[in-house]
Amino acid sequence: MGFTRYVEVGRVVLINHGPDAGKLATVIDIVDQNKCLIEGPEEITGVARQAISFRRVALTDLTVKIQRSARAKQLKGAWKEGNTLAQWEGSSWSKKLEAKKKRASLSDFDRFKVMVAKKQKSRIIAAKIKELKA
Amino acid sequence: IYLKPNQRHSYADIYQLSTGPNKPSTVNISPLHAILINKSIKMVGVRVLGNTGPKKAAKSAPATGKSARYYPADDVSRPKHSRAKKHNAPKIRASFTPGTVCILLAGRFRGKRVVCLKALESGLILVTGPYKINGVPLRRVNQAYVIGTSTKVDVSGVDASKFDDAYFARVSSDSEEGEDEFFANDEAKGAVVSDSRKADQKTVDASILKAVDAEPLMKNYLGSKFSLKKHDRPHKMVF
Repeated sequence: MGFTRYVEVGRVVLINHGPDAGKLATVIDIVDQNKCLIEGPEEITGVARQAISFRRVALTDLTVKIQRSARAKQLKGAWKEGNTLAQWEGSSWSKKLEAKKKRASLSDFDRFKVMVAKKQKSRIIAAKIKELKA
Repeated sequence: IYLKPNQRHSYADIYQLSTGPNKPSTVNISPLHAILINKSIKMVGVRVLGNTGPKKAAKSAPATGKSARYYPADDVSRPKHSRAKKHNAPKIRASFTPGTVCILLAGRFRGKRVVCLKALESGLILVTGPYKINGVPLRRVNQAYVIGTSTKVDVSGVDASKFDDAYFARVSSDSEEGEDEFFANDEAKGAVVSDSRKADQKTVDASILKAVDAEPLMKNYLGSKFSLKKHDRPHKMVF
């Protein structure tokens, strides 16, 4: 037991608050105890180079191999080498976020269809349980 | 642009400004400025403020040093400001297009999901159940009490042009009430729907029902009622 995700140069973070909320970024340098310098890379995730407070950010499991204050080009190369975006999109964290977004954007008719599907599913399950109990 | 009198533009300056390469859409000059120049300014794109209309032109005649071109012999009476109420076209919310599925929020059919047919002149929306699916007939509904969803049904086969506010106007009964009839009328009378209304309902619904059957679950959807469940947050729900 102990911490497993550390704030370090190269740590991939998910921004939770602010105009870039929901986007990924990489820690390029650490300013002080409360904030760090991050960058998307801008071409991949759309996050420009900026200082951000740790309170606005969540650490992920992913890291990228870069030097401190890596330039945008180097950062982009490191992301491509490590296949970071694909790794993130394969993680269950990102899938859960996607599902949440989808659920929030359902129309009234979609919600009706979900309700019908849930009912059908529980019917099948209940029938099977009955069969197993008998 | 407005030229200030204290800047003392000359007639030539104004002419150059109004005809030069970067000329503004209008050059506005105050009457005081026109006096200072002591010339009547009649150039295209140059406007002396305050000098419009025959009466005003007459007032400013001495200021420009030239008598006004026109003023009537007798005082011309201006038309009085009319108090008649203007009737503008009603504002219909963009979500109410023909074929939109709507949720009724108030009235006898609250909670029902219905199909919108068109917007009437009075600002009310014409909807239909269809009647066979949920019991809502051709009806007018106030758009303030309706949610327009993003779901659409194909109603291109429906001719709704004959339906307007006059169609739904209350039919006045001619019989005068005597005392006996007055007491007899206290008992509840069932609603009598005219045969023409029923026929119209059938024709309108025929094509809608075909479109509804084409979409899976649409019939069940229109037959069900909308209600808020435990974890619903209406301000966050997308309709």
